[in-house]
Amino acid sequence: MQNPRSSYHTNFLLYLADNSLILGHRNSEWTGHGPILEQDIALSNIALDLIGQARHLYQHAARMMNESENLVADAAMTEDKLAYLRDAWDYKNCLLTEQSNGDWGKTILRQFLFSVWHQLAYEQLRYSKDADLAAIAEKSLKETSYHLRWSSEWVIRLGDGTSESHNRMMLAVMELWKYTGELFAPCAYEEAMQAEGIGYDLSAIHTRWSVCVQEVLTEAKLPLPKSEGRPLLGGKEGIHTEQLGYILAEMQFLQRAYPGCEW
Amino acid sequence: MIIEKEDVFKILGGVMDPEVPVLSVLDLGIVREVQLENGRVIVTITPTYSGCPAMDMIRRNIESSLKQHGFPDVQIRSSLSPAWTTDWMSETGKEKLKAFGIAPPNPTQQSCEKDRFHKLEAVQCPHCNSFHTERVSEFGSTACKAIWRCLDCLEPFDYFKCH
Repeated sequence: MQNPRSSYHTNFLLYLADNSLILGHRNSEWTGHGPILEQDIALSNIALDLIGQARHLYQHAARMMNESENLVADAAMTEDKLAYLRDAWDYKNCLLTEQSNGDWGKTILRQFLFSVWHQLAYEQLRYSKDADLAAIAEKSLKETSYHLRWSSEWVIRLGDGTSESHNRMMLAVMELWKYTGELFAPCAYEEAMQAEGIGYDLSAIHTRWSVCVQEVLTEAKLPLPKSEGRPLLGGKEGIHTEQLGYILAEMQFLQRAYPGCEW
Repeated sequence: MIIEKEDVFKILGGVMDPEVPVLSVLDLGIVREVQLENGRVIVTITPTYSGCPAMDMIRRNIESSLKQHGFPDVQIRSSLSPAWTTDWMSETGKEKLKAFGIAPPNPTQQSCEKDRFHKLEAVQCPHCNSFHTERVSEFGSTACKAIWRCLDCLEPFDYFKCH
């Protein structure tokens, strides 16, 4: 049995990892289907970055679990077990990342809303007392700055584009806005990690997130929703929308049908 | 046999990046350390991008190359911090890239802006040397490259982006 302190720590790492894996997987669904080749490649590259970051975080979480619970040999936790053999209620990703791709506009907006948070979170995590996490954050930050720049430019291009693209972006804002509040509603492991100097200060991230999002939406001629309303919560604690099950069914099929299968 | 670090570096100089086959792992600047411990060779490398699919292959290639050259006990370690930067790419590496038709990365202090809305860097066309070029896409055929085109000779080219 894990002691609660270390389980807060591993849960926090899993939250960060699951966000990256699930959004990375969602983005990868566009591979071969992008509107034009360059953007197909762009989104596939972003997917690759996110899944790579998830791997580093899973490897770190697995090492911690193995040390704290003395797991060895077949019982040892691995990055693959974490990705392929957990069920939806074990996944901690926020609801925003699991939402369906919809059209190109919704995919872009989802990436943008997440990337702003991601960038600000990694900026703080560079100074985490968890040295491995700090190293992952330092590395990942360089990559998320590309994601943020690319998605900001696209939000503006589409929002301030044709009436068709503008309307679609308006719809995307309406669909996705209710999931953004969860990013800033701290759960137990986030609070515990902040107190220990391992996590981030969510309220500081929230302030800067709002400024950045407002700046880009204004530039994109998209009205900022009046409030965040009552945010939909649950993902961080394993309570997901129906979307996640479909992702896992596809992503995990091979490992569950052919356990231990490798390329 | 007495192993010298120089011997190991000489072999590493022949291990190529599978995606940019003119660059060795030394040119790329991903070898952070070589240690020798009682006949064991420990090579510490750092990934270019977190999700770079070439890293696993590079790791295997370093190991097999050292083994082929008579070092049976090889360990490859991975280190994330400090994070890799294109400033670690060797000058010869940059020349080889250009000869291969890929524009080499600009120095980070000159052009690596991380702001959301940044000034577009001036990238020199590797074919005709013109700076009259434009970016087509920030993302290219591999994680480390962007797609550009030259407005003078009209050739498209890859730019190894500053990182």
